Amino acid sequence: MLKDAIILTKPRHHMVTRLWHWINALCLIVLLMSGLTIFNAHPRLYWGEYGANDDYAWMAVGSSQAMGYLRLGELRIETTGTLGNWQDSDGKTRTWAFPGWATIPSTYSLADGRRWHFFFAWIFSVGLALFMVASLWNRHIQRDLHMPREQWRPSNIWRSFRNHLDLRAIRQSAGEDYNSIQKLSYIGVTFILLPLMIFTGLAMSPGMDANWPFLTEILGGRQSARSLHFIAAFLLLLFFLVHIVMVLLSGPFRQTWSMISGGKKEGPAE
Amino acid sequence: MTIITRRKLITGAAIGAGSLLSGCDALNRNPAFQDILASAETANFTVQHALGDRMQLAREYDVADLSPKFRANGTRAPGDAEYAASAAQGFANWRLRLTGLFEKPQQFGLEAIGSLPQRTQITRHDCVEGWSAIGQWTGVPLKILLDLAQLKNSAQFLVFHCADRLGGRPYYESIDLLDGFHPQTILAHRLNGEPLPIENGAPLRLRVERQLGYKHAKYVTGIEAVASLAGIGEGKGGYWQDVANYEWYAGI
Repeated sequence: MLKDAIILTKPRHHMVTRLWHWINALCLIVLLMSGLTIFNAHPRLYWGEYGANDDYAWMAVGSSQAMGYLRLGELRIETTGTLGNWQDSDGKTRTWAFPGWATIPSTYSLADGRRWHFFFAWIFSVGLALFMVASLWNRHIQRDLHMPREQWRPSNIWRSFRNHLDLRAIRQSAGEDYNSIQKLSYIGVTFILLPLMIFTGLAMSPGMDANWPFLTEILGGRQSARSLHFIAAFLLLLFFLVHIVMVLLSGPFRQTWSMISGGKKEGPAE
Repeated sequence: MTIITRRKLITGAAIGAGSLLSGCDALNRNPAFQDILASAETANFTVQHALGDRMQLAREYDVADLSPKFRANGTRAPGDAEYAASAAQGFANWRLRLTGLFEKPQQFGLEAIGSLPQRTQITRHDCVEGWSAIGQWTGVPLKILLDLAQLKNSAQFLVFHCADRLGGRPYYESIDLLDGFHPQTILAHRLNGEPLPIENGAPLRLRVERQLGYKHAKYVTGIEAVASLAGIGEGKGGYWQDVANYEWYAGI
């Protein structure tokens, strides 16, 4: 009896998971926004080892004749007001790629953006490493993220996907064990995208390139690493947005509170 | 009910995001907070030096890997008459002065520099802004000059004085002795087999391959060996370090 009661009141989210979740959330927001400041210094992306203004950029943000644009390959999209040509809070026209509301600091300073970025990169990287070790130790990975064979079945993944489009199913399943789409996204983010951010970041460092030349080589060159860093950052932003929407739809207060206090595991545990 | 609270939540999030942004700007202006952020530079320096051999070479490339055009940035031509006159005569009167904590302070003309052993290396130049260019550099290893002038034991840093000015201030940079004696640290006078173009720093440009582009001082007129960077410029070790919050250690 007593043993059952203990199992039943076991928190849904382990202390380590909660702590890391919030530290990581702060780091990702600061890193994304300070990263956009750094991107603004040279808003062009290349593939390969080198790339500068005279080389072909697969992606570029720019401004010409009072018009902001985003160029993807040969496709040119007008982005006046958002990218490349926008008005700051004083109504002054600016031609930096990403607007002030998306960057840290909100005015362009590459030096300050770098300071923020590298300081929080340390917290983020050390935090991720500790979280991974602790989550193996406390069995969060084995217990909550492991996908049994049946969850890998396409039919299961498809059902899980459709449930994400169904408001009632979202509400009903809140607090249950993670479904296959949830597991896949958490695994993809934690074990692929987040480490990729660190390694593509390190590969851009000339000091690290001398130490670990294989890293830049694996990633296809320094400018490829820079492009991958940018793409992975936007995939993380996409995850962040879907994550927020799901929290809002499934009971925002209870979900947020359970990520602070730990919450309760529903139904008989294990 | 839930819809209203949800709406409130979204409004709250928007207000939160707004105050986060202005909060960040306030923190950014706070000198104590800036010092905390800057501590990452020490961590980067320490860890990057611990992870590899201190004399580890930067990767070198083949001729086939060269950038079609090596981009120039920063000063593209020092504006003063003295430099222009020197350039007009092929820098025949250019002097590189080694001053400060040397046993034998001395100066070198370009011809003297050319008669010393040379090193040619194809390396990737990474600008702090994010772009990269691969170029072939030829020049005299700095170690040879330092040995000729005999660095004193008290010397800790090498300061590179330059002929160009940005915003009215003379450009300068500095490196430690580890980078000073690194085999790839050279004073280059040729780029891609041609005499170094003015926009890339003619007649002499520092190459310190394991750091970002702003460390690679152009139009070098002098090397001053010092025990401390405190007395030079505003004491932060370089032009960009003095005028903005750029890091002295630019390995990342």
